Formats: sequence, structure tokens, C-alpha cells
Amino acid sequence: MDVPEHLKYAKTDEWVKVDGNIATIGISDYAQSQLSDIVYFEFKVDVGEEARKDKTIATVESVKAAADVNAPVSGVVVELNESLNDLFETINTDPFGAAWMVKLELADPSEVDQLMDAAAYKKYCEERGH
Amino acid sequence: MFIPHSPKETEEMLQAVGVKSLEGLFEAVPKTFRFPKLNLPPGLTEMEVVEHLQEMADANESVRELACFLGAGAYHHYVPAAVDSLLRRGEFYTAYTPYQPEISQGTLQSIFEYQSLIVGLTGMDVSNASHYDGATAAAEAAVMAYHHFRGKRTRFILAPSVNPQYREVLRTYMNGYEGLEVSGDEGAPLHSLEELEPLIDMNTAMVLIQYPDFFGRVSDFSNFAAKVHQAGALLAVSANPTALALLKSPGAMGADIVVGEGQPLGIPLSFGGPYLGFFAVKKDFVRKIAGRLVGETVDAEGRRGFVLTLTAREQHIRREKATSNICTNQGLLALAATIYVSLLGKNGLRQVAELCYHKSHYAAERIGSIPGYELVHQGGFFHEFVVKCPQNVEDINAHLLDHGILGGYDLGRDYPQLKDHMLIAVTEMNSKDEIDYLCETLEELSHD
Repeated sequence: MDVPEHLKYAKTDEWVKVDGNIATIGISDYAQSQLSDIVYFEFKVDVGEEARKDKTIATVESVKAAADVNAPVSGVVVELNESLNDLFETINTDPFGAAWMVKLELADPSEVDQLMDAAAYKKYCEERGH
Repeated sequence: MFIPHSPKETEEMLQAVGVKSLEGLFEAVPKTFRFPKLNLPPGLTEMEVVEHLQEMADANESVRELACFLGAGAYHHYVPAAVDSLLRRGEFYTAYTPYQPEISQGTLQSIFEYQSLIVGLTGMDVSNASHYDGATAAAEAAVMAYHHFRGKRTRFILAPSVNPQYREVLRTYMNGYEGLEVSGDEGAPLHSLEELEPLIDMNTAMVLIQYPDFFGRVSDFSNFAAKVHQAGALLAVSANPTALALLKSPGAMGADIVVGEGQPLGIPLSFGGPYLGFFAVKKDFVRKIAGRLVGETVDAEGRRGFVLTLTAREQHIRREKATSNICTNQGLLALAATIYVSLLGKNGLRQVAELCYHKSHYAAERIGSIPGYELVHQGGFFHEFVVKCPQNVEDINAHLLDHGILGGYDLGRDYPQLKDHMLIAVTEMNSKDEIDYLCETLEELSHD
């Protein structure tokens, strides 16, 4: 299981990368492996829309389940990774890279501090089993 | 019985609504009516029950004895005897969609073929395994449009020429959604679709029209579809499947969703049901539709097989976020439609449609020439038309019934503006003699 050091993680298995006031969001390697083969991806927000913390920003559908992707932090949507509409398989193959999902302009940077760091998330995943 | 709530959950829910016990929920019903003493006569033997039921059944007037000119959404067509005989085979005789492909290949294949037939008739890409009836299928179209726009578009426009019962069911379905506006059908019923265009705006989720419309009229709605799409809205069309064997398909004219009543396809009138709702969409919307879908695939050994597919849309996986909670289909009636269309074939179904078309045009021409009766619509129609009558439709129908004729639909019941207007349907079941007899009987009432 891959848990990059430089990212922050939410209990609902999203990762956040912060660059200045821009937060990039995706789902973790653990999440994609639990879901197994992704067969569909859909955004639930548009650019310019406000995404509050814990609001659904996308849904992922695999052969096993349909899961919501929630905003781990609040902010205005500035960019969507539209390539995922067709190339949703990259969520399985490159969850921390090509499969980033949404970029937000952070509304409250302190929300980032409430997220887990890599070590804490790793432990959190191990507790739940693989 | 399956009770999904634990005693603890029941307790919590009772507390939330402020009621002490389950019995407390029924306090609004006066005690004497809760468990009334039933004053039943002594039991009957089977022989006596059969005789009693037969007597009651004989009190019905049915289309077997009457010449039927009543349509308005349900139509009297010939159903080949083979439909019923195949339908009642034990292997098929279930109302439910099968979950297990290992033991259900026959049923799954028949649903797949049903879907293929509906796609062919409507000019769409995908059909689901069916809904309860035409009205609920139309309502599911609205639910889908709502979710397609994530609730951000709140206006639903219904043409006044859509079956009044469908509009009512759609409103009931959409009742629980907050802030929706369902409108467009307040205006003059016989206006053309162009009258709706000023209502279509960027907040419009869906426009629902009917083809042929409730008054039987047929027109090319391609331009109207373009106007709907200019505003980014979806166009839903409720269509008559028999008519689709003859007319240009709604898909070819730009419909995004095509729904309708499948009863004309081999399902008897049966005093109002059970019927069959069909529901088809363009491919873009396949993940948003309600109901079950059967797909074709290959098994581990490469043999052709059929399975339920795209089920992650459905409520057992997506729970409260699913577009719809309806997964039930009318399996048996969808099978009836499949057998019916298969037996008739492409040419046979078209022949039925042509017979309906020609016979109804003959009837319209004759009735229009009776003094006092007037054809309201001068343009194209399929197998139904509106006649302005010299008197009250109820009285005319009573007179017709005395002569063994089931008259047309009284449009004044739904449209106050159309008092004294009758909607007459003619199908392949109406012989020329029957039509002539209808005209003669109507003529007796042409002068007050």
C-alpha cells in the first residue's frame, strides 16, 4: 500500500496536497484497492461552486460498489480533472498522480491541520485491515 | 414477514415522532374501527363461490360483446393466442427480474430482447427492463432529469396534450422534491407545441410531450426539440408503441428520453391493468436511469450469456443516493410484449399500425360529415381524433351503449374547455360495418 509522505489524508480516504492556497484532492491507494476495478467516475460539482468540507464532490463506481468522494476541506472549485470522465481507470493505476480529481481554493487553511499525516493514515488503514 | 427495524430502532423512531407505542400511531383511527367485528355470512362451497363470482363477472360489459371506440391511453388490439400460451409456461411465469444468471438465462434473454425491441421502436440507445405503466415511466423521466441536473434546474414543463393521468402521476412523484415548478399544461389544450417555447429557460430540466399526443395528433417535433436543447434541457416523449411502427421515431427527432404505455403490444385491456411502462434513453443517460438493465456478455468459456448490468446505479448499492428506488419491472407483461412483437414481426406490426391509421381516417371522414359533428383537428393524426359533438358526451355514450357500442372518451372530464368533445379511437379490431354502425347511431343524435 502506497501512502506518500507529503500528503494529508481524510478518514473517508481522500488525500489532499496543498500548494499555497490551492488544495488538490484525490482518493488514496487504499481506497482504490478496496473498491477494485473502477468502471465509472462522475463529478458532483462544477468549477466556481463552493464545496464545503464533507460535501460530495464526485462519485466513483467499481464492479463492487459505488462510493462518494467527499471534500476533506472547504473551498471554491477552481479546476476539475476532466480526463477522468473517460480515463477513470487511472484511479486504479495512479491514484496520487494522474487521477487527481478536484482543485479547491482553500477557504480555511486550518482545516488542513485537522487531517491525518501519512504515518497516522497508514496506521488508520492497517487498523481496518487490507 | 421481513421487518427491517430492530426494536431499538423502532423505539428511536417512535421517540422522534413523539409517540409512545406502535399502537399510538393509529390513534387517529377511532377505536371502534380499528378491529371491527366482521359480520360475515357462513362459508360457501367452491361450487357456490365459482357461481357467485361468475355472476359478478357477467355483470361487466366487455369489449368482447361491445364495439369499442374508447382509447385515451389503453387500446383494444388483437392478441394472438400464442402470446398467452407461451406466457403461462412455468419457466417464465414470474413477475420478478431474476438476479442469478446461473439459473435464469431464458428470462434474462427475453428481457434483453424486450429491451432491444423497445430501442428499435423508439430510436433510442438503451431501454430498461420496464416500469409499472406509462404514467410511472413518465414520472421516472422527471426523476431522472432532476438528478441529471443535480437538482439545480427546477422547472418541469408538461404539454397540455400529455395524458392527464400521466401528468397527475408525475406531479405526485415529484411532490417530495422541494422548490420544483411543474407547469405548462394550464393553457389551451389544443395549442401547438410552439406555445410552450416561451416557457423554456435555462432553469428548465425537462419538457414532456406526447407522440401521438393525447388527442391523437401527430407532428414532427424536431424544431421543438432543438429549442429545448438550446436551453440545455432534456426532451422526454411519451409515445404509443403501435404508432412507432409506422411513424418517424422520437429518437430521430431529438428526444432524450422516450417513455410510454406498452399495453398496445399484446396486453389485453383487462379493465385497466396490469400494464407495462417502457423507458428508453440516449446512451449518455444510462447511469442515471431507474429500473433494471439486462446486458449481453460471454461466460468464462466464451459462450453468449445474459446478466443484469450497471447495477451500481440501483438502490441496493447506491442506497439513498440512487436516482430512483424503483427496481421492480413488469417482467411478465414485458414478456407478453416481446412475444407479441416477435410473432407479428417488423412488417406485421407495421400492418397493424397501417390498419389503425386507415380505419380511423375512414371513421373520421364519415363522422365529420354527420350534421352537428365536427372534426376539431385538420392536420395529421394516427388512430385517434377529437370530435365536437352536438350534445353532452355522457348522453351520447349512454345512447351508444344501448346499441352495443362503447363510445369515445369524454374530454370534458379533464379539460373544461373541451366540454362536448369526444376522443374516438379506432384500431384493427373495428370492422367497416362497426364503424358504419357507429356513424348511423351517432346520426340519430345529431339533432336535438
